[in-house]
Amino acid sequence: MVQSLGFLKETPSQTAGPYVHIGCTPNFSGITGVYATDLGIAMVNDKTLGERITLRGRIFDGTGTPLRDALVEIWQADAAGLYNSPSEMRGTADVNFTGWGRCPTDMETGDYVFETIRPGRVPYKDGRLMAPHVTLWIVARGINIGLQTRLYFADEEAANAEDPVLQRIEHRNRVPTLLARKDGSTFHFDIHLQGEKETVFFDI
Amino acid sequence: MSNRKPETGAFFQRDRQWHPPAYTPDYKTSVVRSPQRALLSLDNTLSEITGPVFGHALLGELDADLIHNFARPGESAIGQRIIVHGRVVDERGVGVAGALLEFWQANAGGRYRHKREGYLAALDPNFGGCGRTITDEDGYYRFRTVKPGAYPWPNGVNDWRPAHIHFSVFGHGFAQRLITQMYFEGDPMIWQCPIVKSIPDKAAIEQLIAALDRQNTIPMDARAYKFDIVLRGRRSTLFENRLEGN
Ligand SMILES: [Fe+2]
Repeated sequence: MVQSLGFLKETPSQTAGPYVHIGCTPNFSGITGVYATDLGIAMVNDKTLGERITLRGRIFDGTGTPLRDALVEIWQADAAGLYNSPSEMRGTADVNFTGWGRCPTDMETGDYVFETIRPGRVPYKDGRLMAPHVTLWIVARGINIGLQTRLYFADEEAANAEDPVLQRIEHRNRVPTLLARKDGSTFHFDIHLQGEKETVFFDI
Repeated sequence: MSNRKPETGAFFQRDRQWHPPAYTPDYKTSVVRSPQRALLSLDNTLSEITGPVFGHALLGELDADLIHNFARPGESAIGQRIIVHGRVVDERGVGVAGALLEFWQANAGGRYRHKREGYLAALDPNFGGCGRTITDEDGYYRFRTVKPGAYPWPNGVNDWRPAHIHFSVFGHGFAQRLITQMYFEGDPMIWQCPIVKSIPDKAAIEQLIAALDRQNTIPMDARAYKFDIVLRGRRSTLFENRLEGN
């Protein structure tokens, strides 16, 4: 026998289930009067610095059907590449930008939509700059543990080409699953849970 | 938030043998919603080490009281009155201060207040089913609710969920983000549930079962259940080489 290292085990995940809206976006689910607004519905205000963009997309299951009961959260840096977080030691992020958003997929169309700004570049561990990206976390009925992935911007070709995370993707034909397509000020980013176009998900 | 110095280390690798796998065919919906390719493993970058935090100013007076936060004035939700309390710690046992917890549940009869819910059990006009709170300096939290009922769900022809409360948890880094469910000590339905059984390890399931806590029961008012939550721990940055070259 040796001494115990004494670490605890992480609480295991369980699916968010079909009624995740009750807990996370009660006003959206029709439960009004408990919270004034749903958390995470506004990331920006009139004073937020940076290029205004809309992120929009759907999440498809293995049959090609969009999920109409999922919840998407995003986390991103501000226009200068700083996170609005106590663990951000490089400076103070834009106080008019939360960096975090939450959106339930539409109960009819399956669309998620975020009004946000284009993030700045954030350094990788070795100091090289990562390309602008948004971290996504997806939960829903049938998803046993939240799925983590990243959205990159298709028009950031030079930055994407040198991004140390994208470079780690062995099968290069899967890189486009992480690229959001530009259409005016909107970036379209669909997520595929399975199949030929399966999105690259992360273990981070 | 805590006055402690913010931590900036990367999180311990997630033990994916302890969590349920994505594909668990006895829970049928997972079959077409489970990624089939290997996940891309990465050591944390700033994008995962950082995360949103929420101040106590967010909270309304009744946010942690599901017996009253949807009830008409002077009325209260029907059901067995309980206190759920515990501590949010990380894998090192360090309390997580300022962690936002959101919870949701069915009413005492097993009925959710939701458009998509079709179970014939009655709605309680005084029960909404959502609440939230933020942990204190030491990671403690508590809220008041009624014990939820078990309910049937379309999976097998006769599958029932054991009584449970859903939890959404934020730590200090986005990589700690977690959704889980709390079960109640002594419920035989736990071991028959395909969603519970998506977790392969019995000890991991037991980590989700809250203990009846007679010491924190409020006499003549409410019983207490204790439910501790463990989030991913952080590596120490003490001996890490600075690779940035500055
Ligand atoms: Fe449930």
